Amino acid sequence: MKFLKKIRVVLAILFFLPILLFFVDFTGKLPLHLHSLLKIQWIPALLSLDFGIIIFLLILSLFFGRIYCSTICPLGVFQDVVSWKARLFKKKYKFNHTKPQNILRYSLLALTVVVFVAGSSSLLILLDPYSTFGRFASQLFSPLVIGANNALAFVMNGTGNYTLYKAEQATFVPIAFIISISFFVLVGVMSWFRGRLYCNTVCPVGSTLGLLSRFSLFRISIKESTCTSCGLCEKSCKSECIDSKKMTVDDSRCVSCFNCLSTCKKASLKYEFRYKKPEKKETEQVSAQNSRRAFLATSGALIASVALAKANNISGKKDSILSRKPIMPPGAKNLDHFNTHCTGCQLCVSKCPMQVLKPATLQYGISGIMQPHLEFSTHVFCTYECNICSEVCPTKALEKLKMEDKKLTQIGIAKFRKNMCVVYTDEKDCGACSEHCPTQAVHMIPYKNGLTIPEVTDDLCIGCGGCESICPVRPHQAIYVEGVANQIFAQKPEEAKKFDKVIDDFGF
Amino acid sequence: MKRRDFFKSAAALGLATVVKPDSFAATASGMSVQADTDMVAVMGGEPGVMLTRAMKELGGIGKFVKKGNKVVIKPNIGWDRKPELAANTNPEIVSTLVKMCKSAGASEVLVFDHTCHDWKKSYTNSGIEKAVTDAGGKMVPGNDESYYREVELPNGVNLKKTKIHKAILDCDVWFNVPILKHHGGAKNSISMKNLMGIVWDRGFYHGHDLHQCIADTATYTKKPALNIVDAYRIMKSNGPQGKSEADVVTLKSLIVSADFVAADTAAMKMFSQVSPTDINDVRYIGLAEKLKVGTQNLDKLNVKKIKL
Repeated sequence: MKFLKKIRVVLAILFFLPILLFFVDFTGKLPLHLHSLLKIQWIPALLSLDFGIIIFLLILSLFFGRIYCSTICPLGVFQDVVSWKARLFKKKYKFNHTKPQNILRYSLLALTVVVFVAGSSSLLILLDPYSTFGRFASQLFSPLVIGANNALAFVMNGTGNYTLYKAEQATFVPIAFIISISFFVLVGVMSWFRGRLYCNTVCPVGSTLGLLSRFSLFRISIKESTCTSCGLCEKSCKSECIDSKKMTVDDSRCVSCFNCLSTCKKASLKYEFRYKKPEKKETEQVSAQNSRRAFLATSGALIASVALAKANNISGKKDSILSRKPIMPPGAKNLDHFNTHCTGCQLCVSKCPMQVLKPATLQYGISGIMQPHLEFSTHVFCTYECNICSEVCPTKALEKLKMEDKKLTQIGIAKFRKNMCVVYTDEKDCGACSEHCPTQAVHMIPYKNGLTIPEVTDDLCIGCGGCESICPVRPHQAIYVEGVANQIFAQKPEEAKKFDKVIDDFGF
Repeated sequence: MKRRDFFKSAAALGLATVVKPDSFAATASGMSVQADTDMVAVMGGEPGVMLTRAMKELGGIGKFVKKGNKVVIKPNIGWDRKPELAANTNPEIVSTLVKMCKSAGASEVLVFDHTCHDWKKSYTNSGIEKAVTDAGGKMVPGNDESYYREVELPNGVNLKKTKIHKAILDCDVWFNVPILKHHGGAKNSISMKNLMGIVWDRGFYHGHDLHQCIADTATYTKKPALNIVDAYRIMKSNGPQGKSEADVVTLKSLIVSADFVAADTAAMKMFSQVSPTDINDVRYIGLAEKLKVGTQNLDKLNVKKIKL
């Protein structure tokens, strides 16, 4: 049955590499369709209520165990890469059977669920494995890729070769970086020393699938008649779930990596149908005991999480003291929808060609840390002919918008502060804001001495921030965008009057 | 005030740049060999045909581009808009010019703009990237400050120095290829306004009297061999981006002149037939004339008008 491991490895690579490359591709050359790979992730599928995929993943788990963890989940594969690399630095690459951390893992799972039901995505954002990996890619790997590209571009451009160009590094957002690197270290260290420990102690998806995989149709089993308890399988098990002495496999932690199948010299390990001979009493006892503990832990977690959710609610009110309302990406619908559906995976942030999307610090309150918001700066605004963020969002936190709809989606409204405008203060022409306004919501009206001054028509404004990004008044622009809590359609800009006459004279 | 100080110190920090004297020589000779024709205006043809005709009237591309020359073309590629919306220079004019330069023996033809919208999208959707690459030219990015070097503008009033794209600084000869457009801020965008795409810091312009800064930029000593004003389609309203094709008027015209002020004056007169505009409101034209950049008096010039 050695071929099973090979299939697993190939599948894992086929999922992992495209996802990784899609995240770090700053050129936008990779096809946008690659985001479909992210829709088959558990949490995005659940949040977007994509029943087809949910059923598919359920069947996958109920048939074959935690195949999701070993092939589809990028964080899972990332851990395999780490522990595989660790092998090169260790004299002995081996794992030992350990007890499951049931209290910890089920508490974290329960806490995540309860906090989410209570209305805060904070834990889901932190613990969703796919999003955690997304943050590794966008906050840690991507800057390295861009740095390397820029160094190469510098050399090449010097010789007149412009196939590579200097790309802008994304703005450093301390909290997003700190959270990403903390998890990177946590996941990295755990997998370096203990294989899939993270998946089996921290990850709520891993814990849930662990509950399911106890009943999966296919499972790893040990044929007691031929097993010599040599321990080779146990040493190769990165989930540390094989007890070679007792000849048991803890299904709840087994991620179906099939490493053990390849190591057994006696071919005593089989990946086979679970329900053919009911003989293993031992494991069932263990699991019964475990679920009792888990229940207690869950109750404790419930209480704790309600308290936490309340604390979150209080902090949610922070909005009122922020200097401006946060600007959500187009397609976010309303604050409530967006805040509960977004897992802060940073895919839209990575794919935004204008780099106007940034992970939030406290703009959405504590539970919205790392969810994307728009931050305008010189030349950085939401470009009119673009709907990439809404296209790629795997959780439907951003509803897919057709280009025509995106061009009308009001994500904010420009506020003009006349007494700061250079036309008012210096009595000189400017008009940079109107120049950058795609809908002419910001337009120039006669002022004095042949000068024109901006005026905003709120109903036409979509809040793209072109005006704010280019306003020369700094540090506080004379025109800026205030976010809206409810994204509605702006009015369609009226077309100019057509010019029908035929000109056949030069005019001079 | 603080802002101004900031710019001063930023400028002081920047690398002081010496423009290669030999690159002046090439341009200067390019201008001096100009025939007695100061301006050619063509009407009624396809973009490429009109440019070919205009160039013939001016004595042929060989007058401007010598064998082995490094050539730069600066169209308006500022916006992520398709050609039909007339926000960017007509790609056919650019590709025709690239081919001309190549046929005159140019060693390379570089094309760039410091765009307002995302540069990659603008390059692609304007149709200019494909047109240039197909014609044998090379698109050069302008999205990073490292592509620019500081130059002095001793004759500037508000703008005394600015960072200009290295492609322009290092080339032997360059062409300024704007499109004629209405413009919310500068009133109209023609050849001198197009220069804002060769500089890095445009924010300074808007904060320090836009019109004066535009005129100041036109005093830069390394002038384009020609300003080729694309008026095949013009944007009559809602410029510089435009909202829809209702802003576009097809004039099927082209104005070519080495004189910034004359080119812009002629273009304004043409534009005013569609949307009457007082040329005095386009203040940079008058300000540039005051700085001896060129003349508004077209009667003094030898202008050839050709209808196809």
